[in-house]
Amino acid sequence: MNSRLKYIFVLVCLFVIGSTSSYASSEEHSLEGEKSLNVKELILDHLADSYQWHITTWGDHQIVVSLPVIVKGENSGWNVFSSARFDHGHAAYKGFYIAQEGDYKGKIVEKNASGEEIRPWDISITKNAFALIVCSIITLVLIMSVAGWYKKNSTAENPKAPKGFIGFMEMFIMSVNDDIIKPCVGKNYKKFAPYLLTTFFFIFINNIAGLIPIFPFGATVTGNIAVTFVLALFTLVIVNIFGTKEYWKEIFWPDVPTWLKIPIPIMPAIELVGVFTKPFALMIRLFANILAGHSIVLGLVCLIFVTVKLGTGINASMTVVSVVLTIFISFVEILVAYIQAYVFTMLSAVFIGLAQVEPHHAKKHD
Amino acid sequence: MLLQPEAGLLFWMFLSFGIVFAVLAKFGFPIITKMVEDRNAYIEKSLDAAKEANKQLAHIKEQSEAILASAREEQVKILKDAESTRTRIINESKELARAEGLKELEELRKQMRLEKEDAIKDIRRQVAGLSVDIAEKIIRNNLNSNTEQMAMIDRLIDESMVSKS
Repeated sequence: MNSRLKYIFVLVCLFVIGSTSSYASSEEHSLEGEKSLNVKELILDHLADSYQWHITTWGDHQIVVSLPVIVKGENSGWNVFSSARFDHGHAAYKGFYIAQEGDYKGKIVEKNASGEEIRPWDISITKNAFALIVCSIITLVLIMSVAGWYKKNSTAENPKAPKGFIGFMEMFIMSVNDDIIKPCVGKNYKKFAPYLLTTFFFIFINNIAGLIPIFPFGATVTGNIAVTFVLALFTLVIVNIFGTKEYWKEIFWPDVPTWLKIPIPIMPAIELVGVFTKPFALMIRLFANILAGHSIVLGLVCLIFVTVKLGTGINASMTVVSVVLTIFISFVEILVAYIQAYVFTMLSAVFIGLAQVEPHHAKKHD
Repeated sequence: MLLQPEAGLLFWMFLSFGIVFAVLAKFGFPIITKMVEDRNAYIEKSLDAAKEANKQLAHIKEQSEAILASAREEQVKILKDAESTRTRIINESKELARAEGLKELEELRKQMRLEKEDAIKDIRRQVAGLSVDIAEKIIRNNLNSNTEQMAMIDRLIDESMVSKS
């Protein structure tokens, strides 16, 4: 037990040191560029997507993983090339270049016939997209290996209980299934369990991967609005496709005094807005929580570099404070990673459950 | 900037989440949850079966105990019966033996009496004979005097009386 604790402690320290060094390296980079520290810019840079995966700067040499760029220009058609062609944003390639300022700052742009900067169709595998694909593969492998174990070892006539990691995964999956999905959806829960379980593990693994500051993890995937938007969209579609007749009746002809429905459909309008605000809240909640967590960690690490100018004594003491707080926040973030996956799944389950309304006379009895 | 969803990332997210969802919803989670539910059902069934078996076992035990108790009762009864039969037989045989003994004794007595009577008869016959003989002798001897005769008769009578008594 003691040795395990020690092991965990060392691991956490390594993570923190790893993250601080990686943040530090980019810090040096920005110091070289601007000669002054802009914390806001730095944090936003880290949270934003990029076309290459910057790992560290070693002396003058930047160590990056170049990712494929896939763009469709106005007249050059589909182009696929490595982001190394841009030379860290300094060069143009085939008319495409990375905007340094303006609305499209940091994105690939091209000039159209009239010389305006426009955004081409861009489905490049960016940092977030890459991390997303890696996490999707991990999720697939993880769950399929558990399912494969059952396929190989267990039959309905002679069921077996898994041990070790598979057993842990089973406990995890079944706790989500039995404690979130079953009570929140209600009696139809079996139909929706696969979607909700997928959502939970997808979000959870992406959240946890975002906390590991080593390539290919550490991207702010679930802190990106596009990712949470798609997740919320799936929930919206599933809630409304599988909504019962009663659910639609309650939206367009709710059980309220008639003057609230005719001539001005106040209640139907409110209900209809509600249909969209629910998944919208899901989208914003996950996005904001993860983004905030990453920002806090980055901000705390920046403390070290902000205080450099204030002298060695203050800098040293602030470094200690920063490391201690970063460790603390990292633990909180692990908790948040679980809680946000939990909340997203639970609320999706609740919305699905609410769309499974039975006709009213059944409700009055209980 | 952070609030603007990027079309490229939307595309990749849609694609990867869609694939993950499709694969896991078809081949992943349903298998796991089904297997776990099957296992739970199996465990429930096994528990029920065990309970049933236990109940049957208890029933059988009860039955066997009842059988044992009745057997013990039977044993006691049989022993008691045997005991009473034994005493009865002993008593009966004792009775029989006594009756037999009495009968034999009676017979013996009867025989003895008969023999005694026979002996007495015999003695009487002999006495009579003797008397006759004596009388003969006396008569043959000389009946000398009256006194002598009389003395003789008295002696003889006394003698006979004595012998008779």
